[in-house]
Amino acid sequence: MGTVREPAVVVTDLHARRGDHRVLHGLSLSIPAGLVVGLIGPSGSGKTTLMRAIVGVQIVQSGTVTVLGRPAGSGELRRRVGYVTQDASVYDDLTVRQNLDYFRTVLGAGRSDVTRVIDQTDLGASARQLTGSLSGGQRSRVSLAVALLGSPDLLVLDEPTVGLDPVLRRDLWSLFHDLAATGTSLLVSSHVMDEAARCDRLLLMRDGDVLADDTPAGLLTATGTTDIDTAFLRLIGDDPDVRPGTAP
Amino acid sequence: MTPSRTLATTRRVLSQIRHDPRTIVLLLLVPSLLIGLVAWIFSETTVFDTVGPAMIALFPFIVMFLVTSITTLRERRTGTLERLLSMPLGKGDLILGYTLAFGLLAVLQSSIAVLFAVTVCGLQIDGSVGLLVAVAVADAVLGTTLGLLASAFARTEFQVVQFMPVIVFPQILLGGIFLPRDQLPDVLQTISDWLPLSHAIDALNAIATGSEDDAYVLGELLIILAWIVGAVVLGSITLRRRTP
Repeated sequence: MGTVREPAVVVTDLHARRGDHRVLHGLSLSIPAGLVVGLIGPSGSGKTTLMRAIVGVQIVQSGTVTVLGRPAGSGELRRRVGYVTQDASVYDDLTVRQNLDYFRTVLGAGRSDVTRVIDQTDLGASARQLTGSLSGGQRSRVSLAVALLGSPDLLVLDEPTVGLDPVLRRDLWSLFHDLAATGTSLLVSSHVMDEAARCDRLLLMRDGDVLADDTPAGLLTATGTTDIDTAFLRLIGDDPDVRPGTAP
Repeated sequence: MTPSRTLATTRRVLSQIRHDPRTIVLLLLVPSLLIGLVAWIFSETTVFDTVGPAMIALFPFIVMFLVTSITTLRERRTGTLERLLSMPLGKGDLILGYTLAFGLLAVLQSSIAVLFAVTVCGLQIDGSVGLLVAVAVADAVLGTTLGLLASAFARTEFQVVQFMPVIVFPQILLGGIFLPRDQLPDVLQTISDWLPLSHAIDALNAIATGSEDDAYVLGELLIILAWIVGAVVLGSITLRRRTP
């Protein structure tokens, strides 16, 4: 962490809407490189919209998003940023390997990459099965495996661990840290606060704003709490212990 | 756009269909069965010799339109399209990849339909059967590209199915099957002159009766190809890397 690296993502005064709803209204933040950064917040807080803006698939009204030193969505970034949406964006009527083979060709990655990502996501046993016949957790791992193809410099993962059992979740988080150790930057969203403790840094979002940008330990110290859940509640001023008028 | 990505997309679409044998059977056989039904209906009359060529244009066109529009809509709805467009895939790679995959199926489907109409239903063809197949294939590919285009304007499967009456039915009504095109009211005749299916039906009729030379048929074929290119270009424009 001591080395000086450009931030992976810099967002300045970003305004974006989904449908008729203004989701982001002047958001600014910076995501350091080479770390696992957690994007934590309740549903509807703007996590997905921010991630879509970083990947370059979101129409934004104003503001700038710079990813790996380039404007988000620019052609060169398309092979350097891996993206996992909330729904498993894979073809149900192809086998796991056929899915990976197709996306590998699109990305122009090497043939051996398919075997590598199958190993990384522990999908070896189901590689020849139709993706649609897999369980929800397996399908989301196929989607993650696609994002790992071509070893992107930045991984944007929208709730990648939803519906997974605790063992698998632990394995995936250790994979995330292994990737970060080799220099990959990761932005991982979750609305499960207990996952926050596994991140190197946290961005706590609510209503399109960043409430806190800190390490998990720093956040607990700053709020004087012992778990992220309570820290979040305290930050939004909804903690029964400190609610105005009820405080001792 | 790169050939490897276009062909990878074609291969992928064909692999998807290969995992769905029932669709393959329906795709390849339904037009022939419908042509057989029409031939049977008119078996006591000489009507089939007049409407038969039009049927070869009609059924593959409709089937390919439906299959393609629903397949591409599914791609939009499951998020795979968004994923692909966040990758270094050209829009042309996707559209052309789809067109090639379904075009290949159209070749099989139309060949079977023509063969069935000529050998089993006894459709009289005075002109070149090869040219007949060529027009039928172009017509089925037209259905594919219009289906690709239509899926861009639909948000649900219900909507995309409704596009069939909107885009396909007027072409059938004005195509000269119900009433020869030169007997239509002037305004409708002008509209019908601009619709691609009219030219497909004209070409197939001309081949069947041997009433026109090959140059006329090639001219009609060119009009259909222009529509195919137009639909592909428009379809590419409607693909957006950024969405609201």
